[in-house]
Amino acid sequence: MSVKLSARQVGDVTVIDVAGRITLGEGSSVLRDALRDLVSKNQKKILLNLGDVSYIDSSGIGELVSGFTTVTNGGGALKLLNLNKRVKDLLQITKLYTVFDVHEDEAGAIRSFA
Amino acid sequence: MQENASHRPEAVERFLDSTLESVDSAEELAVGMAQRAGMDEDGLLQIGMAIRESVVNAVVHGNRYNAHKKVRFAVASDGQQFTVRVGDEGEGFDFNSIPDPLAPENLLRTSGRGIFLIRSFMDDFQMRRLASGGTEVTLVKNLVSK
Repeated sequence: MSVKLSARQVGDVTVIDVAGRITLGEGSSVLRDALRDLVSKNQKKILLNLGDVSYIDSSGIGELVSGFTTVTNGGGALKLLNLNKRVKDLLQITKLYTVFDVHEDEAGAIRSFA
Repeated sequence: MQENASHRPEAVERFLDSTLESVDSAEELAVGMAQRAGMDEDGLLQIGMAIRESVVNAVVHGNRYNAHKKVRFAVASDGQQFTVRVGDEGEGFDFNSIPDPLAPENLLRTSGRGIFLIRSFMDDFQMRRLASGGTEVTLVKNLVSK
């Protein structure tokens, strides 16, 4: 299964529920396009829910970093929600876990944008 | 990890097209073999990811998706170690030119983490320049705890 994204609005925060595999090819380009689209629409508060992400490779990690940079440079904030152990481990060994603002609770994550 | 005394040695070699579909088939082939060799769940995940990164490097950076170039993919399991070799027909590259992805100035780079992840997940990792000009990487994972 490749990646599947669905966006919903919670107040002024856009929550993107991500499911499947974020890998080189379609998986990473879909995420990149979605984030760039949001930034172009001046959406500055974005929460990526990675709870249903089964797999992520180095290209997928690169896309998370790219999205973080794109949104931050646009004056916004990109935060992560619901990392499973595999994704959390990857972000830790690549020292990116502390770069991202990571949350385990959606309500708390939404409040943190205020 | 437990010793798998009943394991039969197994070895396969494939010449894969320079496509992203080859990445999936290489991962499937090797993970299946590692499973038969008795690799535990964490080991299977690590081998799968290390192989994906290696074959992606061969297809994308080595052969540059060239339809006339193949990726040599060889997997062997002897009951003690699981060994994977991935060779491309590219131009080769300077192994010393790979930046450290953990250096603060590189943390926000969008690429350059593949080889770091392979090293993290495998027990041994070697790169060598082939006489033909391409690059071959060798990945080893121990099947038996030392």
